[in-house]
Amino acid sequence: MIAGRTLKSRLIVGTGKYSSHAVMAQAHEASGADMVTVAVRRVNISDRSRESLLDYIDTSRMFILPNTAGCYTAEDAIRTARLGREAGLSNWVKLEVIGDERTLFPDNEALIEATRVLVKEGFVVLPYTNDDPIACRKLEDAGAAAVMPLGAPIGSGLGIQNVNNIRIIREFARAPLIVDAGVGTASDAALAMELGADGVLMNTAIAGAEHPVAMADAMKHAVIAGRLAWLAGRIPRKMYATASSPVEGVIGR
Amino acid sequence: MVITLNGERFELEQPISVAGLLAKLEIDPRRVAVEHNLAIIKRQTYPEVIVGEGDRLEIVNFVGGG
Repeated sequence: MIAGRTLKSRLIVGTGKYSSHAVMAQAHEASGADMVTVAVRRVNISDRSRESLLDYIDTSRMFILPNTAGCYTAEDAIRTARLGREAGLSNWVKLEVIGDERTLFPDNEALIEATRVLVKEGFVVLPYTNDDPIACRKLEDAGAAAVMPLGAPIGSGLGIQNVNNIRIIREFARAPLIVDAGVGTASDAALAMELGADGVLMNTAIAGAEHPVAMADAMKHAVIAGRLAWLAGRIPRKMYATASSPVEGVIGR
Repeated sequence: MVITLNGERFELEQPISVAGLLAKLEIDPRRVAVEHNLAIIKRQTYPEVIVGEGDRLEIVNFVGGG
């Protein structure tokens, strides 16, 4: 549940980098997700032949979350968010303000500023942020509807690099926590959920897999398994073994 | 008459409404958003908003992204 909207799935998926729109549609189906991210880009004026992304997204079942990917200033991100609201059907935005081209790490200062402006304009802001508990707290104070710390750099597939920070963010956060970016395979998604995340957002891990539809299915199960494990409460880690079978009554002793 | 359309120089014979320009470009107005001199244009006002000399127009749509 984010900003009063209930999602059936805790997995949110992207629409980028697929080999075809048809494969994307199949992967979406397999993922069970009911929210997908999209980017806002200039229409190609000279070549109108390309088919529309929206022809391959069942908007009666999928909620469209426009992002501000590629924006390097608060001003550009705010403009893009406004355009996304006009092109789409909602006032929701996945807010990205990028600070560096090579890492695609967020510019937290500009991100917090843009969050403040957009929340005032009535947007439901889901900011993509560093795995920094203080930045997440400031985003919440600025009115963010969720906090979305990265697990690792976008598209890196490295998995969650700072498990402890995600744990601390979980402790601090009052808003929903969604681990966004860095997932490489199913166990990474499961770990995010085992740390107490409310959801996981990914694109490349599915779209870039050898078999995207099969990976989408794997991610669906990973998120469910991780969530159940979090709720079940894992056993403490110990240095040495504790026998599972009775130590009494062993023959020959 | 010259405008800047999606960052590129674009020639028009005469001022035209946003709706007229979209039709001329064969763009479905339901699938895009339009920014005119940094202000978002509401879809229902496309027929009334006129694009003239020196104006800056952005026409965007949704593409694949994460």
